[in-house]
Amino acid sequence: MSHDHSLNPETMPQEPEKATLEGKNKFLGLWFFLGGETVLFASLFGTYLALRNSTAGGPSGQDIFGLELVFLMTMLLLTSSLTSVYAMYHMKNNDFKKMHLWLGITAFLGIGFLACEIYEFYHYITDFGFTFRSSAFGSAFYTLVGFHGGHVVFGLSWLIALMVRNAKRGLNLYNAPKYYTFSLYWHFIDVVWVFIFTVVYLMGKVG
Amino acid sequence: MSIAAAQKKGFGAFLWDYLTTVDHKKIAHLYLIGGGFFFILGGLEAMFIRIQLIAPENDFISAGLYNEMFTMHGTTMIFLAAMPLLLGLMNAVMPLQIGARDVAFPFLNSLGFWLFMFGGILLNCSWFLGGAPDSGWTAYTPLSVESPTHGIDFYVLGLQISGAGTLIGGINFLVTIVTMRAPGMTYMRMPLFSWTTFVTSTLILFAFPALTVGLFLLMFDRMFGSAFFNVALGGNSVIWQHLFWIFGHPEVYILILPAFGVFSEVIPTFSKKRLFGYTAMVFATILIAFLGFMVWAHHMFTVGLGPVANAIFAIATMAIAVPTGIKIFNWLATMWGGSITINSAMLWALGFIPSFTIGGMTGVMLASAVADYQYHDSYFVVAHFHYVIVGGVVFGIFAGLHYWWPKMFGRILNEKLGKIGFWLFFIGFHLTFFIQHFLGLMGMPRRYWVFLEDQGLDTGNFISTIGTFLMAIAATIFLINIIYTAVKGEKPAGDPYDGRTLEWAIPSPPPYYNFKQLPLVRGLDPLWIEKMDGKGKMTPAEPLGDVHMPNGSILPFAMSLGFFVAGFGFIYQTDHQAWNLAIFVGMGIALGSMLIRSLKDDHGYHISKEELEREAD
Repeated sequence: MSHDHSLNPETMPQEPEKATLEGKNKFLGLWFFLGGETVLFASLFGTYLALRNSTAGGPSGQDIFGLELVFLMTMLLLTSSLTSVYAMYHMKNNDFKKMHLWLGITAFLGIGFLACEIYEFYHYITDFGFTFRSSAFGSAFYTLVGFHGGHVVFGLSWLIALMVRNAKRGLNLYNAPKYYTFSLYWHFIDVVWVFIFTVVYLMGKVG
Repeated sequence: MSIAAAQKKGFGAFLWDYLTTVDHKKIAHLYLIGGGFFFILGGLEAMFIRIQLIAPENDFISAGLYNEMFTMHGTTMIFLAAMPLLLGLMNAVMPLQIGARDVAFPFLNSLGFWLFMFGGILLNCSWFLGGAPDSGWTAYTPLSVESPTHGIDFYVLGLQISGAGTLIGGINFLVTIVTMRAPGMTYMRMPLFSWTTFVTSTLILFAFPALTVGLFLLMFDRMFGSAFFNVALGGNSVIWQHLFWIFGHPEVYILILPAFGVFSEVIPTFSKKRLFGYTAMVFATILIAFLGFMVWAHHMFTVGLGPVANAIFAIATMAIAVPTGIKIFNWLATMWGGSITINSAMLWALGFIPSFTIGGMTGVMLASAVADYQYHDSYFVVAHFHYVIVGGVVFGIFAGLHYWWPKMFGRILNEKLGKIGFWLFFIGFHLTFFIQHFLGLMGMPRRYWVFLEDQGLDTGNFISTIGTFLMAIAATIFLINIIYTAVKGEKPAGDPYDGRTLEWAIPSPPPYYNFKQLPLVRGLDPLWIEKMDGKGKMTPAEPLGDVHMPNGSILPFAMSLGFFVAGFGFIYQTDHQAWNLAIFVGMGIALGSMLIRSLKDDHGYHISKEELEREAD
C-alpha cells in the first residue's frame, strides 16, 4: 500500500506522529515501554546505591571520578536532547531537510558522548586497575553506567538506520511516528543520565 | 496474504501459517498449546516430587534430582504454564470483548509468543545437557551462584528470553485497550476480564524489569566474574532477594487477576444476572495491583530487615485481604437470586470460591511477621500458595477454557467429561494440599528430599501423594475431552451460553477480521442490552467499508531463534571460547531480523468492501 494517498498528504497534519492509528499506538507503546525502562534503571540504581561503598580495598568513586570529563559528557548529551527537540519542531513544520540536519547533529553529539564514555572506562581500567571484577562497587558501577551506554548505542543505531532508510523518501505519515518515538526514547536516555550524573558522580565525589 | 495461505491445503501451509501468523486468535491457540505442554511437564515434575515423598526415607529419585524437580516444577508452572495459558485466554478474548479487530501490535504479539516458547525450550534443554537448575524457583544467591552445573545458566537465559516476551505482550495489551476500544466502549463499560487484562499488563510492565535486572546480575556473576553477590568482594546476597520479590510478588497478582476476570465473566453469564458491584470490582482490582507492589518483603520476614520494616510490610499485606474480600462477596452476591446453570465452567468457578478463600485466610496468617518465623519455609507455606495458585489460577484457567472453548475452537467441550474431571481434580486438590497445612505446622520443611519415620508425618504425606494421582487423572480426562471434542464435539452457534459481552455477538470461531463492522456499545454487557431491547444483535457503529489487516511475518520466529542460539553461546562460553561464535551468530540473526523489520515497509493489506459483502453473516 505504498501508494496509499493518506500516507503522503500534500499538507502535513498538525501532529503527523499521531495522525494514524498505527502512529498513535507506537507513540503510546513507547511511553509504556519507557515506564518499564524506568523500573529497570530504578533497580540498577538501587543495586548501585547498596554497593557503592563496597570497594573491597580497591579504588572508590572519590579516588577515580573526574568531574571535568563527566561535565563535558553531560553537556554533550543534554545538548543532543535539545537538538532532537529542534528536529521534531521541523518535523511538525514538514521541513524534512532541516529535521534531518538537526537529527544529524543529535547523532554527532551522541557519538561524542559515547567516545568520552569509552575513554573514561579505558582510563579507569588502565590507570587505576578499576574493573568490572575488582569489587562489588566496580560491578555495580560498570553495570549501571554501561546499561545507560548500551541504551545510547542502541539509540544511535536506531537513529542512523532511520536516517539512512528515509534519506531519499522524505517525511510521511508512516515514518513520522518512527522519528517521534526515537526522540522520546532519546529524551529518556538523557533523563537517566541526569540521575547518573547526580547519584554516581556528584554523590561519589562529594557525597 | 493470509487469505491465500488459508486457501492452500496441506500440513506445510498449515505449519507456515502458524509460524508466521499475527492473528491474535491463532496466537492464542499457540499460547494454549505451548502453555499446555509445559503444564503437563510441570505436572509430571510434581508427580516425581510427591512419589518421592509418599513414604519416609524413600529413594525413588536421588537428592540432586529431587532438587532439580522442585526447581523446575515451580519455574515451569509459574513462567511457562500458568502465564502463557492466561496470556492465551487474554489474546483470544480481550480484543473481541472490547470490539477490536486485532491487538495494537500484531507483529509484537507474535514475537512475544515465540520469545516465550524459545525461552521455555532453552530452559528445558537443561534436562538433557548436564542437569536442570537446582536452587529452587527463587534461585536465591549465593546457592545459585555456586551451583556447579550449567542448570542455573539455563534458568537465567531461559527466563530472560521468555520474560522479554511477556513484557512485550503486556505493553501490547495496554496499548490495545487504550486506543482500540469500539465506539461507546468506555473504560467503565469494559467487561471485567478486559479490565483484569489491563491491570495485569500494568503489573507485567512494572514488575518484569526488576526480574530482568536480577537475572542480569546473576548472569554477570556466574558468567563474567562480577561480584554483586560475592561477599568477599563486598557483594550482598540480599539484593537478589529484593529484586526477585519486587518482581515476584506482583507476579502472583499477574497470575490471579486474570483468573478473577474469568470468574467475573463466568458467574454472571451462568447466573443470568449482571455482575454485582461492577465498579467496586474494578477498583478492587486496581487496589490489589497497587498494594501488590508494596508487600514484596513479606517473603523476607526472616532475613532480618528489622521490626519496623517487617511491621509495615505485614500490615500492607493484610490490607490486600480487603479488596479481595470485596471480590469474593461480589461473586456471591452475583449468584444470589440468580437463575444458576451448573455446567463445567460454572463448577470450576463455584469450586474456586471456597478453595481460594482458604488460601486467602492462610495468607493473612502468613502476613503476621511474628507468626511467620514459625511458618517460614515449612509445608504450611507450600499449602498456602498451592491453595491460591491452584485453587485460584488453575481453576480459573479451566473455567476459562470450558467457557471460551467454543469461541476459540468452534466446538463445545463435552460436559460429562468436564464434570467428572472437575470433581476428581477438586477432591484430589484438597486431598493433596489441605493436609500439608498440618504437615507444615508439625514441622515438615519444604524442599527436603526425605523425612524420617514416626515423626507424625507418614500418613499425611501418604494422603497428599494419593491426592496428586487424582489430579493427574483429572488432567488426563481433560486431554481426552479435548481430543473427543475435536473429533465428535458439538458445533455451537455464535452464542451458545446466552452471553452478555461482545465476543458472543460474532460467530464461533470468529472470522479473521473479527467484526465486519465495529459494534456500537450502549452500556455494560452490551450484547445483553441489545437482547433485552429485543434486537438481539449489535448495532454497527460504522458503514461497511474496507478493513485494514496486518501482514504475517516469519521475523518474530527468526528473532526468537536468534536469541535462543545466542543463549547457548552465553551459557557455554565459560567452558570454551569457541562458543562466542554462537553468541555472534545468534545475536546476528536476532538483530539482523530487527533491522529488516525496521527497514522494510509493512503497510498490511485491505479486505475490500465487496469481499466482506460476499461473506455470510
